[in-house]
Amino acid sequence: MPGTKARRTLVLAVVAAVSVALSGCANSDREDTGGGDGNAASSKDTLVFGAAGEPKLFDPAFASDGETFRVLKQIYEGLVKTKQGSAEIEPALATKWEPSPDGKKWTFTLREGVKFSDGTEFNAEAVCFNFNRWYNFSGALQSPDVSAYWQDTFGGFAKNESPDLPTSLFKSCSTTGANTVAIELASPTGRFPAALALPAFAMQSPAALQKYEADKVTASGDTFEYPSYATEHPTGTGPYKLDSRDTASKTVTLVRNDDYWGDKAKIAKIVFKVIPDNNARKQELQAGTIDGYDLVAPGDIESLKGAGEQILDRPPFNILYVGINQKNPALAKLKVRQALAHAINREALVRSKFPPAAQVAKQFMPPEVGGYADDVTEYPYDPAKAKQLLAEAGEADLSLKFYWPTEVSRPYMPNPKEVFEVVSADLQKVGIKITPVAKVWNSGYLTDVSSGRADIHLLGWTGDYNDAYNFNGTFFGRVKPEFGFNNPAIFAAIAKADAIPDAAQRADAYKAVNRQIVDFLPAVPIAHSPPSLAAQSEVKDLFPSPVQNEEFSLVYTEGT
Amino acid sequence: MLRFVVRRLLQLIPILFGLSILLFAWLRLLPGGPAAALLGERATPERVAAINRTYGLDQPLFVQYWRYLQRVAQFDFGDSTQTGRPVTQVIIDQFPGTIELTIAALIFAVGVGIPLGYFAARRQGTILDNLAVVGSLVGVTIPVFFLAFLLKYFFAVELGWLPPSGRQDVRIDATHITNFFVLDGLLTREFDAAFDAVKHLILPGIALGTIPLAIIVRITRAAVLDVVNEDYVRTAEAKGLTTSVIRRRHVLRNAMLPVVTTIGLQLGLLLSGAILTERVFAFPGIGSEIVSAITNKDYAILQGVILLVAVLYVLINLVVDLLYGVLDPRVRVR
Repeated sequence: MPGTKARRTLVLAVVAAVSVALSGCANSDREDTGGGDGNAASSKDTLVFGAAGEPKLFDPAFASDGETFRVLKQIYEGLVKTKQGSAEIEPALATKWEPSPDGKKWTFTLREGVKFSDGTEFNAEAVCFNFNRWYNFSGALQSPDVSAYWQDTFGGFAKNESPDLPTSLFKSCSTTGANTVAIELASPTGRFPAALALPAFAMQSPAALQKYEADKVTASGDTFEYPSYATEHPTGTGPYKLDSRDTASKTVTLVRNDDYWGDKAKIAKIVFKVIPDNNARKQELQAGTIDGYDLVAPGDIESLKGAGEQILDRPPFNILYVGINQKNPALAKLKVRQALAHAINREALVRSKFPPAAQVAKQFMPPEVGGYADDVTEYPYDPAKAKQLLAEAGEADLSLKFYWPTEVSRPYMPNPKEVFEVVSADLQKVGIKITPVAKVWNSGYLTDVSSGRADIHLLGWTGDYNDAYNFNGTFFGRVKPEFGFNNPAIFAAIAKADAIPDAAQRADAYKAVNRQIVDFLPAVPIAHSPPSLAAQSEVKDLFPSPVQNEEFSLVYTEGT
Repeated sequence: MLRFVVRRLLQLIPILFGLSILLFAWLRLLPGGPAAALLGERATPERVAAINRTYGLDQPLFVQYWRYLQRVAQFDFGDSTQTGRPVTQVIIDQFPGTIELTIAALIFAVGVGIPLGYFAARRQGTILDNLAVVGSLVGVTIPVFFLAFLLKYFFAVELGWLPPSGRQDVRIDATHITNFFVLDGLLTREFDAAFDAVKHLILPGIALGTIPLAIIVRITRAAVLDVVNEDYVRTAEAKGLTTSVIRRRHVLRNAMLPVVTTIGLQLGLLLSGAILTERVFAFPGIGSEIVSAITNKDYAILQGVILLVAVLYVLINLVVDLLYGVLDPRVRVR
């Protein structure tokens, strides 16, 4: 068939011509790395870290999730930072700080000779530029998902656009010299300056913020666009700079900032590779294609250790609790809440369903936080006493809707189903009828629980910084439908403690608050669980941080 | 022929319109929403309401849908609530990966499936035939995630021959132009990058292609067995045609009709199978994107991506219909 043959030849000719033409146009962008093969960048100069998710954007003021923070912590620095392996703060861009006697005015002395990665100088004006930027956020920037940490820490803005927003705790920032700033607060708070270690309050280059129109976030209906500063041009003072983001292969590459003011990063390049599946992260580590990863499943810890990998446990800085909603009149009775606490065998639960280093919780903050009280009322496992308390309260036939989340694993609750099963069985043993309500975490669970639809539920919190308010204030600082109680005495005690300028006195006040809260028992504290990182055995100086603040600039691999 | 194609393409409009209404309503009627995903433990009723206001989710459903239609008419499919990235950009970034993976799976399924099915039929009742039949039964029943786990465990973790996941070694400084990594490697003459991308396609390609492979083996075998007993084959033999001509032009070509239908159907299934495979192999593509969009209730991404998959499904069926005509002049459309 000559026709077919001719057609085939024609097709081949066209394919060949197109290929030649395309390969003529396309040229490799690859820089000459000094070697012929693609593996020229030596693995010892590159650290590959397996992340569970993509960083959302690169403007820390708009960030609130761990995966975004992990990347931004290497690019940016704040006035203070946490000590490696601890939640204590230490100097970063500020070398020292001092409060006024009333705790309302804080004077920061800034480090000299620091430059942003765009070459502009870091100084007092830059600090005030950043604070004023956050304080003057308007429009979409006041949305609680965009400026989450500003709202958590300082409340509102210069001009609040929603009646739900409180008055801002921040009043003003003034430069008192080229390298000193004074920050004035409306009232003293223990959150300050501890919260300044959060990446959300990192210092950014005023020049770059203006050049790339960092505040031009546009929201119209369900479209939401971030400016190029947040997507391409992050400019901080940190030991690394953004090199590239490959959205097709889901990687973010950072390179060493050679002009960094402090000790230069030991590894030239860090690649954060997104591997959402936990098992895939583990296998990549075992295959040697990544050097470390976060959020190790508790079930994988032993097998990874057995294979010679490092398991780095973070000091537990979180809390899992069984929330109690006092909107249910039965649960408004203290004896019933006490019965729930006595009915749950927390010791057995923590030993059997949590990682080995997990601790049974006595109160709603981990022991590292200032204000932790050793002498709170304890509710040991005692089913007989639980039954007796229920009977005394006239609630022997108690029936509860127990909400638990599916399709989620949190650092404080690696496997919600197992926790639910154990707690549920314990409660049934003392005669409480349980109606289980399983909801998908993002599909109804969070909204139902936060709006008070559950009788009891599982929830928790990972601390952001070392201050008791970050735990107690978050849960019990005001009326919340999640707990359904109104206890002005507790609200006032927390607010009063938060406003004590002296750290030691504040800690004492919080101890009293903790005793008060545990006596009132608005929820049953269950566990503090240590999330783990895994790394190849040759990775050194990756210090697990309780607040996920690992500094990759300190890390090196054996042989580099 | 042209009229047939145009008619089929016009049918896409009501299909997409109906689907978009269903999808839009379904996503919003499910409990929860992007606010919970954005806030996590910070969720309070006031904050959820504030975010719903920001994203226009407090408006009546028909108002939201009308706004959506207006934008879609201008080819604006919205932005991801998680990252603010436009849906079209997400598709441009992620879809090439899924196409590469689907092609890899198809090459595996067709390249192995048709010859295996053919030879199993030619040697009916032999060990090869029995192995093919049993093997295809196992292939259909084995869960993708289990197969993926086994493949990764042996070939990536234990033997270290192939990478366990991803699309390309991140240590390779590859240039990406089209986001088809194999093609990019060839175009830029970074052959190591192209080879590495191919290596990353082998295990997920096999995992994704195993079910279609098993089905293609069975269908090919059955079709060939049907055809070899047809009168026209006997006539061709009687005419004295050579065996190779009979096999190629009479047996295989006629047997191909049901096989092509099957491949067409499987191609659609490959797209949905890619969701699981991409997840297990941490292979960045549209499937991984759908999974995280479902988790995060990212409405715009889900609407855009699912509509795209629907368009593809219709187009694949159209191509299959047209292929019938090429293979069998009796059903050629006019």
